[in-house]
Amino acid sequence: MSNTQTQQTQANILSAEKTRWIYRKMVEIRKFEEAVIKGTRNGSLGPFAHTSDGQEAVAVGTCAHLNEKDYITSTHRGHGHSIAKGGDLNTLMAEMAGKATGCDKGKGGSLHLADLTKGNIGANGVVGGGLPIACGAGLTAKLTKSGAVTVAFFGDGANNQGVFHEALNLAAIWKLPVVFVCENNKYGEYTWNGYATAATKISDRAAGYNIPGKTINGNDVVEVYQTVGEAIERARNGEGPSLIECETFRIQGHGISDPQIYKTEEEKQLHLTDEECIKKFKSYVTKHQLLSDKEMSEIDQSIEDTVEKALQFAINSPYPDAKELYTDVYVSY
Amino acid sequence: MSRQITTVQALNEAIKLAMRADERVIVMGEDVVGGTGLPHLEEQNIEAVGGAFRVTKGCSVEFGRERVLDTPISENTIVGTGVGAAITGLRPIVEVMFNDFLGYCLDAVMNQAAKFRYMYGGKANVPLVVRMPFGAGYGAGAQHSQTLYSMVTSVPGLKVVVPSSPYDAKGLLLAAVEDNDPVIFFESISLYGLKGEVPEGYYTIPLGKAEIKRAGSDVTIVAIGNMVQRALQAAEQLAAKGIDAEVVDPRTLSPLDEDTILASVEKTNRLVIVDESNPRCSAAADIAAIVQEKAFDNLDAPIKRVNAPHTPVPFSKPLEDLYTPSAENIIRAVAEVVNDESIIPV
Ligand SMILES: Cc1ncc(C[n+]2csc(CCOP(=O)(O)OP(=O)(O)O)c2C)c(N)n1
Ligand SMILES: [Mg+2]
Repeated sequence: MSNTQTQQTQANILSAEKTRWIYRKMVEIRKFEEAVIKGTRNGSLGPFAHTSDGQEAVAVGTCAHLNEKDYITSTHRGHGHSIAKGGDLNTLMAEMAGKATGCDKGKGGSLHLADLTKGNIGANGVVGGGLPIACGAGLTAKLTKSGAVTVAFFGDGANNQGVFHEALNLAAIWKLPVVFVCENNKYGEYTWNGYATAATKISDRAAGYNIPGKTINGNDVVEVYQTVGEAIERARNGEGPSLIECETFRIQGHGISDPQIYKTEEEKQLHLTDEECIKKFKSYVTKHQLLSDKEMSEIDQSIEDTVEKALQFAINSPYPDAKELYTDVYVSY
Repeated sequence: MSRQITTVQALNEAIKLAMRADERVIVMGEDVVGGTGLPHLEEQNIEAVGGAFRVTKGCSVEFGRERVLDTPISENTIVGTGVGAAITGLRPIVEVMFNDFLGYCLDAVMNQAAKFRYMYGGKANVPLVVRMPFGAGYGAGAQHSQTLYSMVTSVPGLKVVVPSSPYDAKGLLLAAVEDNDPVIFFESISLYGLKGEVPEGYYTIPLGKAEIKRAGSDVTIVAIGNMVQRALQAAEQLAAKGIDAEVVDPRTLSPLDEDTILASVEKTNRLVIVDESNPRCSAAADIAAIVQEKAFDNLDAPIKRVNAPHTPVPFSKPLEDLYTPSAENIIRAVAEVVNDESIIPV
């Protein structure tokens, strides 16, 4: 392909509507996480949170292909996944504060955001916990012929859990409509993936399960959109699972108070470079004239307001009633 | 002997003393060093963290990364590796970051470590310590706040330790490392920051020996782990109301020092058991059953248990506060067994 052709194809990848949606969601997640950091530090939210700022492109580029019938399973770093899958900022933020108006009535917290009505089967406090659950959702979709695809988000650290291998194998032999999306931010807490993982690339693991595996730039939302899109299409067509490794970085530490001494100076500055995912997308849309600066700053402003309202909603909402301690343990007992 | 240190520091000291005393002692777990393999840290022998709760802080610096091993996130294999290493001559101290992750490593704990000696006819020892923080109270939600020592106590072949103070934590951990059986060592997260007197040197506290933390004559309160501190608070408030409570800390749930508990009940004729586990099949249920079987005639009132409710741990702060047994819950239970409602604070 000639350069001009590539550029044209590049420009056609995203519809105007998708472009706006992607930009909006990425900024929504970023601003939400910034509010979470603020709220966690000043005590208006819960005592901890693992924020996903820096990794927005993976959640958004992936969920851009999913409808409400599709499922995701998420992780302890799951705010972005929840937002990208259509979660309501007010109820998400209220959950973070443990309020009755939260998406789990305040019983779950940051580690356990879930909204089944939107196909979000839930964030998980157990590393790797969502992977077999995604297989289960895939099995339902397959047996009921619902056409739904399940995306299992997981971190690089989770790829050394036994369940990761078991889930990939099972999904492969049963040709489940599941896409395994790895957010490789290079660290599992304070442990470097280069040390913890024997494979050169996490996507190399796919070969052992005879499924497609790809490693892509997870800071490039367009690349995520294209590559994960193909895997989702494949799954929807009954051709089985894929493993996509998205290389990215977290702007914060593991949690909010992590001094990150394991990162090099260069890594600590990554969010100031062109690799920062929102900046990267901005230059893409500008280059291809998909969104103007004015449109983007209007979106930014409206999100600023929405997120601030969400934080106020969380702060002003009541705590759950004491009797809620005992409800929801069983359906009937 | 007036040095005051936190439980984390006491545990840290125990690990270092054990590693100095016996080169077969090794430490493994997620982030017990932090940053392993990164040249900019390794060249200067810097650890990135020293354990999620800093219990292994400085261990890799002193003993090197051959004996202090960061692991991948693979709980079943981490503990299983500990079992294999223990059988073949090392004395591993394995850290599981939260006891909730027993979910992944229960096979290694329950089917491997616990059974090895028995099912091979007594041929093998498994001198393994698996440390795991537990407990609610700090807003971490349902999968990071459970209290699971009761579940493990039901498995023959395992020893189960639950210290209640910095002093006990150090002495019990050193005893656990010396012990030739697998020991599951439960550390209450809410006690990590608690300070207490701890001698600098090496000492052990025998496994299977309870301690009377406060002598009294009117009612026995058996309390486990962090609940000992709550029971002591309750006992102070009760003393002001003229009730003299004896607080007994079993310190190890397996083996259980039945004699000390029974002797206390013989003296006070009344028993309250405080345990942060969910109530069903809990350590409290177990101790209550033992006491009514062996000392029914000594009891002047039904035994009262104070447990967390039969629910997962909620995230929301006010619900979590309700979930965890409080000094007030303990006082209410005591009021019932001494049949005196006037002692309940209003
Ligand atoms: C089974 C289990 N083991 C350990 C932990 C503690 N923990 C929480 S997050 C984390 C690191 C996970 O790393 P990764 O999968 O790369 O996700 P990231 O935090 O980088 O997004 C660890 C070890 C856990 N929550 N669950
Ligand atoms: Mg990671």
